[in-house]
Amino acid sequence: MASIAIIDYGMGNLRSVAKALEQVAPAVRILVTHRPEDILQADRVVFPGQGAIRDCMQALQHWRLVEVVRQAAANKPFLGICLGPQALLEFSEENGGTPCLGVLPGRVVRFDAALRDPVTDERIKIPHMGWNQVHQTLAHPLWSGIPQDSRFYFVHSYYLQPAAAIAAAETRYFITFASAIAQNNIFAVQFHPEKSAHAGLRLLANFVGWNPT
Amino acid sequence: MGLAKRIIPCLDVDNGRVVKGVNFVDIRDAGDPVEIAHRYDEQGADELTFLDITASSDDRETMVHVVERVADQVFIPLTVGGGIRTENDIRRLLNAGADKVSINTAAIFNPEFVRQAAERFGSQCIVVAIDAKAAPAPAATPRWEIFTHGGRKPTGIDAVDWARRMAAYGAGEILLTSMDRDGTKLGFDLALTRAISEAVNVPIIASGGVGTLDHLVAGILEGKADAVLAASIFHFAEYTIEQAKRHMQSYGIEVRL
Repeated sequence: MASIAIIDYGMGNLRSVAKALEQVAPAVRILVTHRPEDILQADRVVFPGQGAIRDCMQALQHWRLVEVVRQAAANKPFLGICLGPQALLEFSEENGGTPCLGVLPGRVVRFDAALRDPVTDERIKIPHMGWNQVHQTLAHPLWSGIPQDSRFYFVHSYYLQPAAAIAAAETRYFITFASAIAQNNIFAVQFHPEKSAHAGLRLLANFVGWNPT
Repeated sequence: MGLAKRIIPCLDVDNGRVVKGVNFVDIRDAGDPVEIAHRYDEQGADELTFLDITASSDDRETMVHVVERVADQVFIPLTVGGGIRTENDIRRLLNAGADKVSINTAAIFNPEFVRQAAERFGSQCIVVAIDAKAAPAPAATPRWEIFTHGGRKPTGIDAVDWARRMAAYGAGEILLTSMDRDGTKLGFDLALTRAISEAVNVPIIASGGVGTLDHLVAGILEGKADAVLAASIFHFAEYTIEQAKRHMQSYGIEVRL
């Protein structure tokens, strides 16, 4: 039986991610786990996360998962969600500056609280919370069947600033930022597919059927 | 194009059942939170808010099961409010599948609770609910006061100051209800909504008083709200969520359709 491991390192509730995957992949075994052997033996890996990045990196160390995440990200279909893609980059501004895993090139920066809308002069609200458009900038199997500029649910105060070559989508919120990144077997999204109704479930279904070469 | 303004139906839940009437024509069980949540998801609701009005704290466990059942099947964000007083209350609801919890009275009695909750669980899941009423007139500029116990008990706290303080303590969003307008169908208190929205830089959900689709439009355009919450106009199928969104869109408001 095919299996997907959702990495559980204590950063946020993973029940919704698991239930959404069960919904789109009823024949696949879904494990919410922090056991290295489960993660390394699974066919696919989901790397979610919520909260602060320093806590996230400490929790990965606490559960001895740093090398496990690196290994999984190196060789199997790997989906990062929300804090997941942030942790994959090299460095985040959060918590006074936090080194991250460095699996992918780029850094994580905070929305500037002084930003204003050039037309209405309204001030930015942080977090960026709600349904925003995701403009696909890369043809990718995970976008299959998802119309260009579909809306997904976001909640975040920091955003991805990846090396340009790995951006897979962009979203506009006062500035334009990378809302998805992709490289080889890794696909990672700033939004929450498990809370994004049909579009989100379609993306998860695409992940379940994805066989990167 | 960018972030959509949200429409959030609010459901009162008593001991596991939706109450205060939901009246969809073809619904099988108007009291079942799961069936109603499904219906709103299909109509395009951007989030759902459940308000637990269960009187006895012994029965609070029921709400946890409601959240589990809904979150297992409906894949949009869920907020739960009502009687949340401890970190354990929050943890249980988040683990059950809630995305956010809404804290009201407990924040007034112990503001540090909001700070601690935001530190522990992250600002993104901590909503502070503010129930405000206009202060008696002669003041030169309008002001509003926080009330508790369903609008019956004044606290002497200024609503704008309170919103600023809660945002500073780590609230990720503010659910603002005008107790003057709640249940009146006269529309939001737009001056209140705008005053709070301009005072803080976290998203504001306007609540209290929606009777027409124009009220939703005014809440966004004049009240500067980021989201609008309503109950009866959707529950009694006066309007669908989609109709509401199309109406908002006709005024140039960005919505998810």
